Amino acid sequence: MTLFEVMDILNARLLVGRKLLNTEVKTAFSADLLSDVLAYARPGSVLLTGLTNPQVVRTASVLDIAAIILVRGKIPPAETLRLAEELGVPMMATHYILFESSGRLYSRGMVGCIQKVGNDEIMAL
Amino acid sequence: MNLASVVEKLNLRVACGQGGLERPVRGGYAGDLLSDVLANSSEGDLWITRQNHQNIVAVSSLKDHAGILLVQGKEPEADTLEKAVKEGIPILVTELTTFEIAGRLHRLLHGPS
Amino acid sequence: MSLICEASFPVRGGDFKDAGKVAVQIKATLKKLGIDPEILRRAAIAAYESEVNIISYARLGKIHLQVDPDRILMNVEDEGPGIEDIELAMRPGYSTASDLIRELGFGAGMGLVNIKHCADEFEITSMVDQGTKLRILIHVPDG
Repeated sequence: MTLFEVMDILNARLLVGRKLLNTEVKTAFSADLLSDVLAYARPGSVLLTGLTNPQVVRTASVLDIAAIILVRGKIPPAETLRLAEELGVPMMATHYILFESSGRLYSRGMVGCIQKVGNDEIMAL
Repeated sequence: MNLASVVEKLNLRVACGQGGLERPVRGGYAGDLLSDVLANSSEGDLWITRQNHQNIVAVSSLKDHAGILLVQGKEPEADTLEKAVKEGIPILVTELTTFEIAGRLHRLLHGPS
Repeated sequence: MSLICEASFPVRGGDFKDAGKVAVQIKATLKKLGIDPEILRRAAIAAYESEVNIISYARLGKIHLQVDPDRILMNVEDEGPGIEDIELAMRPGYSTASDLIRELGFGAGMGLVNIKHCADEFEITSMVDQGTKLRILIHVPDG
């Protein structure tokens, strides 16, 4: 599915990345712990999280995450938005909680997937 | 649907709380930030998280969750297990990620959409 | 063995606002050098975790990057309280993180473990009340 469809499924508001809405995404990672994101998130996935600080954007950038989906109706501070623009990381916000957001994307075919650090193996989990 | 049913249908491992599996599961909550879970989760939720330190038991108890589900094969710490047993909080474990298990639990609770 | 690139990135202790900035810079540097994306990812993650550790615990530090045709070497040094029990610190899940660090999403006790998993060679030394040093080496095949 495309990021545009993700936005639609989650009734999400696009915050950054209008030009990248046609990006295809197949996998997702849900977490609030950045260490986990760093260790497991697979490049090209969408990241569902409740963290709105700039570190999330830098983490996403470092991992080539396709888009950050902020859950629980959180509004990121201006600094985070600025950084997302600067680093070119698409960002959207949904009022659904992480559980609901994951559920909705899952029901439409999105797959959970990890790529463990130091190990090239990609696992659908 | 009760916890025993969820355990069976989602193939979960029971780390502790065998005696509490008849508790009803009213919903799911996924998150690793304790302040957020305290503020936003609901009674009867099955709490999905990677946090395994002993503070999770207090949070779960306070919010009257159905239980705690640890993801990606994370085992509860010894302190955590001890506390959970004392409080009667079931702790379950899955090899799957938060996204994947939340997806499956959501489908179980709400049916395919 | 000729050096392709060498750069030093300072990190200020307590500077949570800028956490990850150096990792992003290192990634950009390595990307420009045409490093394989998988190797790039490992280096960037190791840099990120190292940077967050300095910010979380030390007064100041630096990440020294050295790129040769067949390897990426990062030497991380900081000035700070050091680590009293390295074996304990390396245990997955063990954390001495403050509430602030946890609310930022770090502090799950996986930092040093993640760095070790990213590296082909990993060395850590520390002196209490002085600081910690990490040597992180990643091989670049067909370099």
